[in-house]
Amino acid sequence: MKSKIINTTSILVSLTLLFLAACTPGGDKNAGALSGNLAERSFVAPGEHDEFYGFISGGFNGQLSVIGLPSGRVFKNIPVFSVDAEKAYGFNEETKPMLNTSFGFVPWGDSHHPDISQTNGVLDGRWVFINENNTPRIARIDLTTFETTEIIEIPNSAGNHSSSYVTDNTEYVIAGTRFGVPVPQRDMPIDEYKGNFKGMLSFLKVDPESGEMNIEFQIKMPGFDYDKAHPGRGKSHGWFFYTTYNTEEANTLLEVNASQNDKDFIAAVNWKKAEEYIAQGNFETMKTNYAHNVYDERTHSATTTWEKEVRILDPAKCPGLVYFMPMPKSPHGCDVDPTGEYIVGSGKLSANVTVHSFDKMISAIENEKFDGEAYGIPILNFEDVLAGVVVQPGLGPLHTEFDDKGNAYTTFFISSEVVKWKLGTWEVIDRKPTYYSVGHLMIPGGNSQKPFGKYLVAMNKITKDRYLPTGPEVTQSAQLYDISGEKMELLLDFPTLGEPHYAAGIPADLIKAKSRKIYKLEENEHPYVTKSEKDAKVVRDGNIVHIYMTMIRSHFAPDNIEGVKVGDKVYFHVTNLEQDYDVPHGVSMIGANTSELLIMPGQTETFLWEPKGVGVWPYYCTDFCSALHQEMQGYVRVSDKNSDIQPSWTLDGE
Amino acid sequence: MKSNYLLTLLSILIVIMMGSCSQGSQQEGAASSTPIPESHPKGQASVEDNVSEANILQVAAGSQAHTTLVAAVQAAEIEHVLVNAGPLTVFAPTNDAFAALPEGTVDDLLKPENKAKLANILTGHAAPGSFDLEALKKEARKGRKIYTATGQYLEVSVDGDEVLIAGARILGTIQTSNGVINVIDKIILP
Repeated sequence: MKSKIINTTSILVSLTLLFLAACTPGGDKNAGALSGNLAERSFVAPGEHDEFYGFISGGFNGQLSVIGLPSGRVFKNIPVFSVDAEKAYGFNEETKPMLNTSFGFVPWGDSHHPDISQTNGVLDGRWVFINENNTPRIARIDLTTFETTEIIEIPNSAGNHSSSYVTDNTEYVIAGTRFGVPVPQRDMPIDEYKGNFKGMLSFLKVDPESGEMNIEFQIKMPGFDYDKAHPGRGKSHGWFFYTTYNTEEANTLLEVNASQNDKDFIAAVNWKKAEEYIAQGNFETMKTNYAHNVYDERTHSATTTWEKEVRILDPAKCPGLVYFMPMPKSPHGCDVDPTGEYIVGSGKLSANVTVHSFDKMISAIENEKFDGEAYGIPILNFEDVLAGVVVQPGLGPLHTEFDDKGNAYTTFFISSEVVKWKLGTWEVIDRKPTYYSVGHLMIPGGNSQKPFGKYLVAMNKITKDRYLPTGPEVTQSAQLYDISGEKMELLLDFPTLGEPHYAAGIPADLIKAKSRKIYKLEENEHPYVTKSEKDAKVVRDGNIVHIYMTMIRSHFAPDNIEGVKVGDKVYFHVTNLEQDYDVPHGVSMIGANTSELLIMPGQTETFLWEPKGVGVWPYYCTDFCSALHQEMQGYVRVSDKNSDIQPSWTLDGE
Repeated sequence: MKSNYLLTLLSILIVIMMGSCSQGSQQEGAASSTPIPESHPKGQASVEDNVSEANILQVAAGSQAHTTLVAAVQAAEIEHVLVNAGPLTVFAPTNDAFAALPEGTVDDLLKPENKAKLANILTGHAAPGSFDLEALKKEARKGRKIYTATGQYLEVSVDGDEVLIAGARILGTIQTSNGVINVIDKIILP
């Protein structure tokens, strides 16, 4: 009896111990997570908004995605340079002109460096500009509609990489050329590159009210490769700085032949001086042909204007326009700090990060201390303009952004890290690994006079095992760091759409209240708008048939159409009559050789259908619009091409 | 006796520990999911939007003749239904229509315990689809009935210039962003 009690007692004691053991470690683990607090700092509660918008370029997807920070959630993928069947961009009749170029309709582009418009060197949140690298173009996205509203082609250029950055008051957005090319293009031997190929730097003036761009002038530079650029800020406002590589002017095996010179250049361009030369008429007018595509929010349609001339400035004939500052080893990133004093060049092949001084540059220019010239452009002495060197901070420096406390953050591709260092003392403060091989980085406002130094997004080139695998092609990876303290802290890992080349961030409060909810039907000036169901109709003009159609929850008007014939070109001009936020309707016709339409409230869009066979063919709403969405449909009767059935249309038999 | 005492003591200890441990993890659970205030307590009805055309709820809320209806909708907590994408047709009884019910009926329906009953009566006044006066006349002409959100079929009839729904007279029609309001002079009871 006693032993039984003892047994029971020992079991209970053991149980107690077990329980203690089970209880304690769990508690410790939780305490660790709580003290780390990481999840909480990037967590945005259900229904709450992110603190920042991020606009991340999609690189080879040609688009621009809109994300929230700190959550990393994707809100929209704005079609810019590539067609997008989901949104009918480049498919409907209204947006096809957006992708016109002097080469014809180009359905794809390589989007690179978004930059948000500024006023007085501070983000104003009106537009995002982004460049296309392959077929040189710059686009403007309106931050009330979050749609691409303008694309302008850059002539005399190839590989528009050093683009599309804006000056302190968005006076200009700029384009540069990565490839030297014959200007104007002509049939000539490739090996006669040196001295004959040119690199154009383009300055696009931005209308302060409408935002509309026009190419004000181009500067005909030597045929180096112009890689990245940054406008002067504050005291250096009026200047633009470009990194160059291939100052060797090689035309083959550049990975070797463009890496021969110990130093390449940062080209410093005085654009206020350029304006003086333009005003004096000291330019050449060159015949050319390039597309200028503008989307009009009132007609909901884009038009292409063919521009025929461009004004060219020759730096050899314009003293004071351009200077070269030597910079070690094929510099890539070119970044100017918020004060406008420091110009950071990151030599891809250099062991150090080199920083030049704007004040020293001005002083050297004023004292005319030059170390020769290249193609008539004065070269400044490296030591005369040097502000300092960050010694061996990492391997393969690429890009630098800034916070609001005098710190710089540079990415290192080869050593896969972000390094924080101090402007002026050049000391390294902190370093954090990235996963993997980081390219660009972004701090909201980090390339303006007023950075919001809370978060840093690192955008990587290599992902490998970072997420669940998806076959040979894996998503791109980005990392979010908290940079509010002395040391950077990794908060979040998230995938991005396409390959991000740079991003722009802005406090959400600066733009979210301006975001459009609907288009006003009464302001719709589309030539084929139908503003009420009673105006819906079908009009035949030879073998072209125009269908004026409306959509509202939950029907099309008309929804029964007869009198269409095989061989007709049928244009569906469809107007969404809704005036209610977030009630788009879609439409698609069986076998149509194009995309659906996705039409916002108050908007009109058009698709072309060329019926191939007789029959009765259905169309339906492609966006789950309402409780009766599945009922939102219609039929078109298609008759033989010799039929004499006249166009007719009905809704509910009337 | 002593052993029994020990046993009891141990059992109490275990119970206390279990309590403290589970209490501990409860607290941690609460801490790691910090109580988050519900950002949209009324569902879609919480959305702020002064740009779109007014929806059924907003129009009703602005009508002096429908204060009882709006109070009833709030008591039944079905605001979100009236701002839904719909499309909806709401037959909206006036204050007078509610007042014509037997005395005490409305007060009784507004009691929390009758919330479900009230919601059922109110949603019985809503039908999927957009039926304005012309559409209703067409329904009458074609002999089609209106199918309500609660599954009833309501008869539409025309009396001279007037249109009636389930015997209630339509006093006016208002187009809204998510459907139609037809003002009626009588409550439609299930």
